[in-house]
Amino acid sequence: MRIAEKFQELKAKKEKALIAYVCAGDPSADATREYVHALVKGGADIVELGLPFSDPVADGPTIQAASDRALEAGMNPDTYFELAASIKEQVPLVCMTYYNLIFRRGVEKFVKDCAASGITGIIVPDLPIEEADDIVKACKAHGVDTIFMVTPVTDNDRMQKIFNKGSGFIYIVSRLGVTGTRADVAKSTKEILEKVNTTLPRAVGFGISNGKQAAEVIAAGADAVIVGSAFVNIIASQNNVDEQLEQLARELKAGCST
Amino acid sequence: MQKPTYGRFGGQFVPEVLMPALKELEEEYERYKKDPEFLRELNYYLTEFAGRSTPLYHARNLSKKYGTKIYLKREDLVHGGAHKLNNTIGQALLAKYMGKKRIIAETGAGQHGTATAMAGANLGFETAVYMGAKDVERQKMNVYRMELMGTKVHPVRSGSMTLKDAINEALRDWVTNVESTHYLIGSVVGPHPYPMIVRDFQSVIGTEVKQQIMEKEGRLPDSIVACAGGGSNAMGIFYPFIADTDVKLFPVEAGGCGMQVQGKTAMHSASLGAGEEGILQGARTLILQDKYGQILESTSVSAGLDYSGVGPELAYLAQTGRIQPGSVNDQEALDAFHELCRLEGIIPALESSHALAYIKKMADTGELGDLVVVSLSGRGDKDLETVLKLKAGACEEKL
Repeated sequence: MRIAEKFQELKAKKEKALIAYVCAGDPSADATREYVHALVKGGADIVELGLPFSDPVADGPTIQAASDRALEAGMNPDTYFELAASIKEQVPLVCMTYYNLIFRRGVEKFVKDCAASGITGIIVPDLPIEEADDIVKACKAHGVDTIFMVTPVTDNDRMQKIFNKGSGFIYIVSRLGVTGTRADVAKSTKEILEKVNTTLPRAVGFGISNGKQAAEVIAAGADAVIVGSAFVNIIASQNNVDEQLEQLARELKAGCST
Repeated sequence: MQKPTYGRFGGQFVPEVLMPALKELEEEYERYKKDPEFLRELNYYLTEFAGRSTPLYHARNLSKKYGTKIYLKREDLVHGGAHKLNNTIGQALLAKYMGKKRIIAETGAGQHGTATAMAGANLGFETAVYMGAKDVERQKMNVYRMELMGTKVHPVRSGSMTLKDAINEALRDWVTNVESTHYLIGSVVGPHPYPMIVRDFQSVIGTEVKQQIMEKEGRLPDSIVACAGGGSNAMGIFYPFIADTDVKLFPVEAGGCGMQVQGKTAMHSASLGAGEEGILQGARTLILQDKYGQILESTSVSAGLDYSGVGPELAYLAQTGRIQPGSVNDQEALDAFHELCRLEGIIPALESSHALAYIKKMADTGELGDLVVVSLSGRGDKDLETVLKLKAGACEEKL
């Protein structure tokens, strides 16, 4: 499913989107398939499926640990695409990974494999727009969106360039830093949302872990909240994971609907 | 503004949040590198604080043994015991001109961390250094040295707990504190403009060599040999000679315990010789990686060469054939270490011992010519414990 279709569907229902991240293969491909099911059942509208990289510089300790577990368990790009193809949930799947894995497979082949396995968006946190022409071109050819980030230190000129190159949604990093849950979500969310003038849906991420925070972000004007580390923490706990994931997704989705 | 690439290598593969900081750094550097006041101050610190210029020393006994005239560029005599301070004092001064209050750095063995601590203390910065927890354990003295100079040392417990992970963690700190903080990268690696800035600050080595060899010999050397991990002393000594195509340039990488790969670990650190194109820590370069693009851990007896990537400009120069990469293994480097101690009364760093070992390896081929300059990038006092503890057959145990 394409990302734009999902946002249209939600618009008709007057809902905002919950975008959930899990790291593929943490702790196994079978488990990930279950977890995606639980997240969607709880209300996730889009699922970011992380393809683990050995050196994830944009991520904090939570997601690095998840990547290490997944790599240890044998996840690799081949098994990743098999896993993606086997996920039957009716939500857009977005691949989040680092550029070396894409470069190594070949940009064209990587994007083609995404499209063939039902992935309709790509986020590459270490690929700024200046280096992204190849992947944007390949993505256009194969019907995959390229999602770029904007941050509190991105100036207006740069934002315009990012809006022009990006598709699917704009990933708004609400504060400086790496991924991970934070107690003080987003004093800067409002400020940055005021600067992000784009027709693309505006999704806010980094540091959101509960329904109250999600509601604050939505109230500030976002079209979607992105939650990763809070889900990954549940997975790491190995305790009643399916149920907890579904519950947290439900709580967050409720925050997106008020 | 200079293009951020060397052929197809280099570039800026970093999170969006760092792009403004890289742009600022590039603009400020372009401005200050021509600023007479900045250059005067830089020169002052290089002379009075770092102790430059360093001698170009005719190693008579070594020359006699290998039948060619060998000069050693004595970077081991720079304050702190290695070439690292050339770069840290330059970047710290730049950070001061840029109005930054804090500097951070990564370190492997602790040499770059120590040089950062020196520059940070002297120029009045709050200084933090990231160091793999394993390296913290192995290099207690360097940790203490840094702490003595007021630097906060953060042990990094993620991944392999070595240099690569320390760089990742320093990048994360920078992403979080980018407005107040300058990330002081220690080698010619990372996103543009770092490879250029570090090369420029280190090229004082080659500039001095050129002048000194003309004074002593009235001609340029036939070849220059330097060890290369990330490649900062190699780029520093090579760069002023790039246009002098009669001068052969040999970067020497760590052959470690052999050229094979075991699981997720390469038994060597030879990215120029055996690496493949990829993107690591901000730049497109040659890296040690598996078939999927996951980064391999590297191996070397010398912590300063133990790195899975290499500077993008070196990758480019190797591709064009201007430099000719070679490698020597742990044992060859150790033999060269002992040989220099005995023949010349100089204890070289294990890193620099790789360059020395290459002389021995190549002596019979005639490839090096009659007049050779070796970059003696650091002194070996820091390595005595490693050498003492090293048992015969250390590599066999790893294989």
